[in-house]
Amino acid sequence: MKTYAKIALVGNPNSGKSSLFNQLTGLNQKVGNFPGVTVDKKTGICPITPTTSVQIIDLPGTYSLYPKSLDERVVMDIMANPKDKSYPDMVVVVVDAASLKRNLLLFTEIRDLGLPVILALNMLDVAKDSGINIDKSLLQKKLQVPVVAINARTGEGIADLKNTIAQHIPATKEVTNGKVHSFIDASIFAPEVVGQIKDVFGVHNDYLAIQYAHQAESLPFLSLSEKEQIEQLRQKYNFKHSLLQAKETIARYERIDELIGQAIREEQKEEKEDLSTKIDKVLLHPFWGYVVFFTVLLLMFQAIFAWASYPQDLIDGGIAALNEYLQSVLPESMLVSLLTDGLIAGIGGILIFVPQIAILFAFIAILEESGYMARVVVLMDKWMRKFGLNGKSVVPLMSGMACAVPAIMATRNIDNWKDRLITIMVTPLMSCSARIPIYTILIALVVPDTTVAGFLNLQGIALMAMYLLGFLAAIFSALLMKVILKAKGRSFLIMEVPVYKMPRWGNVGITIIEKVKAFVLEAGKIIIAISIVLWVMASYGPSDKMERAEAEIKTEKPYLTEEALANEVASRKLEYSYAGHFGKWMEPVIKPLGYDWKIGIALLTSFAAREVFVGTLSTIYSVGSDTEDTETIKERMLKETHADTGLPVYTPALAFSLLIFYAFAMQCMSTLAIVHRETKGWKWPMIQLFYMTALAYVSAFVVYNLLK
Amino acid sequence: MAHPQKSIADMSIGEKGVICCFQDEDMSLKLLEMGCLPGTEVKMSNKTPFGGPVCIKVSGYALSLRKDEAATIMIR
Ligand SMILES: Nc1nc2c(ncn2[C@@H]2O[C@H](COP(=O)(O)OP(=O)(O)OP(=O)(O)O)[C@@H](O)[C@H]2O)c(=O)[nH]1
Ligand SMILES: [Mg+2]
Repeated sequence: MKTYAKIALVGNPNSGKSSLFNQLTGLNQKVGNFPGVTVDKKTGICPITPTTSVQIIDLPGTYSLYPKSLDERVVMDIMANPKDKSYPDMVVVVVDAASLKRNLLLFTEIRDLGLPVILALNMLDVAKDSGINIDKSLLQKKLQVPVVAINARTGEGIADLKNTIAQHIPATKEVTNGKVHSFIDASIFAPEVVGQIKDVFGVHNDYLAIQYAHQAESLPFLSLSEKEQIEQLRQKYNFKHSLLQAKETIARYERIDELIGQAIREEQKEEKEDLSTKIDKVLLHPFWGYVVFFTVLLLMFQAIFAWASYPQDLIDGGIAALNEYLQSVLPESMLVSLLTDGLIAGIGGILIFVPQIAILFAFIAILEESGYMARVVVLMDKWMRKFGLNGKSVVPLMSGMACAVPAIMATRNIDNWKDRLITIMVTPLMSCSARIPIYTILIALVVPDTTVAGFLNLQGIALMAMYLLGFLAAIFSALLMKVILKAKGRSFLIMEVPVYKMPRWGNVGITIIEKVKAFVLEAGKIIIAISIVLWVMASYGPSDKMERAEAEIKTEKPYLTEEALANEVASRKLEYSYAGHFGKWMEPVIKPLGYDWKIGIALLTSFAAREVFVGTLSTIYSVGSDTEDTETIKERMLKETHADTGLPVYTPALAFSLLIFYAFAMQCMSTLAIVHRETKGWKWPMIQLFYMTALAYVSAFVVYNLLK
Repeated sequence: MAHPQKSIADMSIGEKGVICCFQDEDMSLKLLEMGCLPGTEVKMSNKTPFGGPVCIKVSGYALSLRKDEAATIMIR
């Protein structure tokens, strides 16, 4: 296998590392205008000259090498360990030119570790807008590293950066042994400790040695006895961690001031507030701030319901027409029936939700790209803390409305373990996009499509109410956990609030396409498998009972017309099939919630992934009826009646019971898997599974019996 | 300059001050990294209701912090 030179992108949060990564590698790493978007390392290949390529490593942002949260730790773990498989041959430090001094702190730390460094000066456009001019060549002279001006958003200067990397990349993995000029002399803070660690551990670099002393407990590559050894050294020489860290930081800032004071020129356009400050006067206003936030949410739900319905009707009708066409041109056979009743019915149950999911992802992408998300964190922190959460929990909770899996990953940015755990546990209660199909269909069945207060669509309001319900369940569950769990450590908010930026529409578009594609493919894969299995199970039965169905009905109800007879026979056959047996078998459990055995089958299939519910129902009803003209999913559901009473199945009581069940139930294998990974064990995902299932069952029971 | 009784949490919107010292060691480490150094000028830009987080302008960027965190940064 070819080995590439490794180039790590390091920098403060939100300085543009992932944007640069995407420019260099052509990949599509997530970018967003708030700190803490990237929470794990990601690699890609970049050709820097026609003949050579390098490996680029995108890393989470951090303000220094002293990590406060899990995502920041990734950087230190790699930089402190030359044996790490991601240990870079060279580091590109990406800095936000608009707050250069603060960004250079990390730069000096990386440099003092003895790593070859290039400084990528990013966001010069933002700096210029706020009247900051930077003398690039003076900066380069003072810092003694190559400095390249780039714009990671537009791609300016990327070619220049590639050339610079190509020129400076070390041919061999030379360890620079502290020979490079260092910004501050780390050994003066604790000469004995540094000296001893260098001797004992074979560390050559002073700064790395003092970092061993600072962070021994959390460095994963040190053994227990090594950690103890360091602890003894610290005791012996009275190593004061906090004091020394503070001294070091101050010393670094003094050094930075000395070096670059002349390279930065700030126009004194005093008192002229920048645009972001002006916008924040409203968006962070103690009253209007909240009004705007709720308006944004309201608009989002209206959009999902009202705007999406047009393309949705088209897709639904189109699929019905396709089915009809296929049935009319293809000869009647088992295979055609599998195709139309099984596959197309099932896939249709997914495709019709594409418009809504696209709108939802568009909204979330815009919130993240504009910088508004960080404001929501600020607005909500106080309220979230009352419930055992944290302002930063807002990001996972909001992105949990799209999908819980990346949302749970995003919790790595929360520094306090208890806050983070609670956020992980309650995020799946937020209504994700996979619930949209169930919500939409059921709301459309039982909530009238009328307009209230002039412009609000009642169905849109019902949808918003479902999301609100999920949110309330999430925060009250959080409160419960807050009371049960013992508090551990303190939490900080201290967070940079980025300047507003116009979302890059191209990027928003790509995000939507990718997410929709993933949704359709993921759900599609499952639905195809399930449709086939389900169709087989619904078309065949354990004994010859199915064949006798027709004779049975004829004797039971001899008065039926031909069409009614065919329908009854199809439905009786389904009852006698394997799927029917299965559904009947679980009917006693779900009967109290108002569900019959057909819904039972759909419940069962949606335990792996809830988005297949509607598709499953669609397949079941399609097999279980014998209509010539194929109908849309909604029509099929409306027509469904109880075999014994002849009354419609989808009464408001049943629909609301199902809605509640799906709002609360944990029906997603991927979420359980990610919770397992993030909490390192099965304890929490299992608690989550049982808690959510019980909550869903009990609430659905209560709702059904109240409305019945 | 012997008035370190006032903290950032006591500032009103639009008011300016200069950081003089910190009252909480853990917090100060994080704040120092973020460019809140003694001698730096800060300006209060936003407050959220009921004692929620505040936003300040420091070293040329906007920083938000909880009110109790802001109360550990003394100004003169
Ligand atoms: N105006 C301007 N915006 C930029 C520039 N580079 C990046 N951005 C924007 O800055 C924001 C942050 O970019 P990211 O690439 O996500 O930053 P990051 O460093 O990966 O952030 P974290 O993963 O949170 O550490 C995005 O909204 C980008 O579009 C630039 O040179 N100029
Ligand atoms: Mg990133």
